[in-house]
Amino acid sequence: MSVPIRKFDAVIVGAGGAGLRAAIQLSEAGLRTAVLSKVFPTRSHTVAAQGGVAASLGNSEEDHWHWHMYDTVKGSDWLGDQDAIEFMCRKANEVVIELEHYGMPFDRLDSGKIYQRPFGGHMSNFGEKPVRRSCAAADRTGHAMLHAMYQRNVQANTQFFIEWMALDLIRDDAGDVVGVTAMEMESGEVYIFHAKAVLFATGGAGRIYYSSTNAFINTGDGVGMAARAGIPLEDMEFWQFHPTGVAGAGVLITEGVRGEGGILRNSDGERFMERYAPNAKDLASRDVVSRAMVTEINEGRGCGPNKDHVMLDITHLDPATIMKRLPGIREIGIQFAGVDAIKEPLPVVPTCHYQMGGIPTNYHGEVVMPKNGNPSEPVPGFYAAGECACASVHGANRLGTNSLLDLLVFGKSSGESMVEFIKAQPVAHKPLPANAADYSLSRLNRLDTQTGGTAVGATRLAMQRTMQAHCGVFRFKHMLEEGVSKITEIEQQVASTEIKDKSKVFNTARLEALELDNLIEVAKATIVSANARTESRGAHVRDDAIDSPEFPDGRDDANWLKHTLWYRDGNKLDYKPVNMTPLTVDTIALKKRAY
Amino acid sequence: MDSANDQQVSPGRLLWHCRRGLLELDLILQRFIEHHLESLTKDQRAELFELLHYDDITLLAIVSGREQCEETRLKGMVDLLRAA
Repeated sequence: MSVPIRKFDAVIVGAGGAGLRAAIQLSEAGLRTAVLSKVFPTRSHTVAAQGGVAASLGNSEEDHWHWHMYDTVKGSDWLGDQDAIEFMCRKANEVVIELEHYGMPFDRLDSGKIYQRPFGGHMSNFGEKPVRRSCAAADRTGHAMLHAMYQRNVQANTQFFIEWMALDLIRDDAGDVVGVTAMEMESGEVYIFHAKAVLFATGGAGRIYYSSTNAFINTGDGVGMAARAGIPLEDMEFWQFHPTGVAGAGVLITEGVRGEGGILRNSDGERFMERYAPNAKDLASRDVVSRAMVTEINEGRGCGPNKDHVMLDITHLDPATIMKRLPGIREIGIQFAGVDAIKEPLPVVPTCHYQMGGIPTNYHGEVVMPKNGNPSEPVPGFYAAGECACASVHGANRLGTNSLLDLLVFGKSSGESMVEFIKAQPVAHKPLPANAADYSLSRLNRLDTQTGGTAVGATRLAMQRTMQAHCGVFRFKHMLEEGVSKITEIEQQVASTEIKDKSKVFNTARLEALELDNLIEVAKATIVSANARTESRGAHVRDDAIDSPEFPDGRDDANWLKHTLWYRDGNKLDYKPVNMTPLTVDTIALKKRAY
Repeated sequence: MDSANDQQVSPGRLLWHCRRGLLELDLILQRFIEHHLESLTKDQRAELFELLHYDDITLLAIVSGREQCEETRLKGMVDLLRAA
């Protein structure tokens, strides 16, 4: 079957912050650039970022990129690559000022300089005291960023393919990347996008969990496509969680609710935090609260028919106080839990927020994988940036406001690398393999002809519940082992999903089935990698790897100071060293991560 | 960007436009669609489609009642969404 071919210099999949930033670089260099996006660019999940973007501008007080670098390495629990972290922190001022020149309406000081506010984990003078480093546009930083960069792309003649879903990466016999297959939602037709270079900027895959702050579009499409194309996935066991999301919805409830006197209770109505943190109780740190909640659920004291959440109780507070100090909380309860928090407790559960791992890249945005003895050999023609990529700057735990910085810095550096690569290529594109679209067409054909298969929604829910219970914020050996078996079973069901509606035009059932194909790859990578890593580090916390003098907070540097690489083929694991050598400064030496 | 006037608003297109960047909107719109999509008239579908052209921040403020929709003719659809 012949498939229409569209030819570009560069193809970018994903039009959030990273994709838009890279596209500016390519289009302004005069290259023909296509950006494919499932949704209109300004509806990408970057819009949800509120906190700001970190840069050591020093507009309000003394600051330095080296301090920012130290905070990021420490935040990463030393799993971040120190060359990439130095690169990101040194580039921060440049990309923020560029963004301002694109029209980003940053908040300002009276002097006219960009206003900066403090944010968790960002300190001055190598961890001494908090520093004002976050540049924001009120509480809509991500939104303003998307708009500024989309407009800049329109000026630069970037060609957008909106409501197109990329299906698979195309690699030739040498393993080089020469394009992607994609489906136009409006017609249901499959096209080949033939390119000299391809960038994945598809965001995270937080929807692998039952409780997630991520929008429904965050289905790890790039990560799934990369895995299917034989690219390993790096450090997928590391996911950031927030302790209190509305159970079943994922919408965050601010820590301020516990600050105002909110109490966590189990199914017996017990204030269980008194047992775990007798002094701080409900105001203990995020990880302590999350672990206590999960322990209660695992020991059968969870609430609700599935005993899968606990309750956040503010019914003892004066309604006037609630309305004055926590005005949003009542609205969230009514809208997303069907509960008036003044009268009834709110169901809450630790909720997935951010994916630290992803497609392995270097700080140039080039996708890298082990080859011929080199653990980080670039895959020619393939680039990744943003949450779908692992540079690795966040390591085992990301600092707030470093995600928007990641988008800008690595969006730009991958764009620059692509420009250089494309300009060094012959005028003609590398030929497409003869069977370039066959794999995608066979996946679609399977969906169209499947009978007696499983339902997409139910299968996705089974995966999400399994990941939440077996590989959530606090991990147990036996639960992980059991979870690997369960996810392997669910994988079989994903391979036989059946859709009743076989129509072509805007068939959302088909789109969701294709998204599930991507999600399951992420889920497998996550749970297999987590099961194997027998230490605690950053966001990966196991009950059998606890704090001791030899292993601070359960961290085992002698055996586990290394990046995981998961391969789809045979669920195989490999490892590669963490880069402890920065570009110009001394190594930030290992020590216990304490604040 | 397409508009309700020049394209027929198929249920699939409408459903896909309910996929947003903000989780809160995904949840509100999904609930609305599950309960109301079948019963919406052609005009109401067009109104919903038009409303979905607002950016996420503005649309969430409108459906949460924190902001009024500047297009008064969409008020009926806004009220339906708020009640969902």
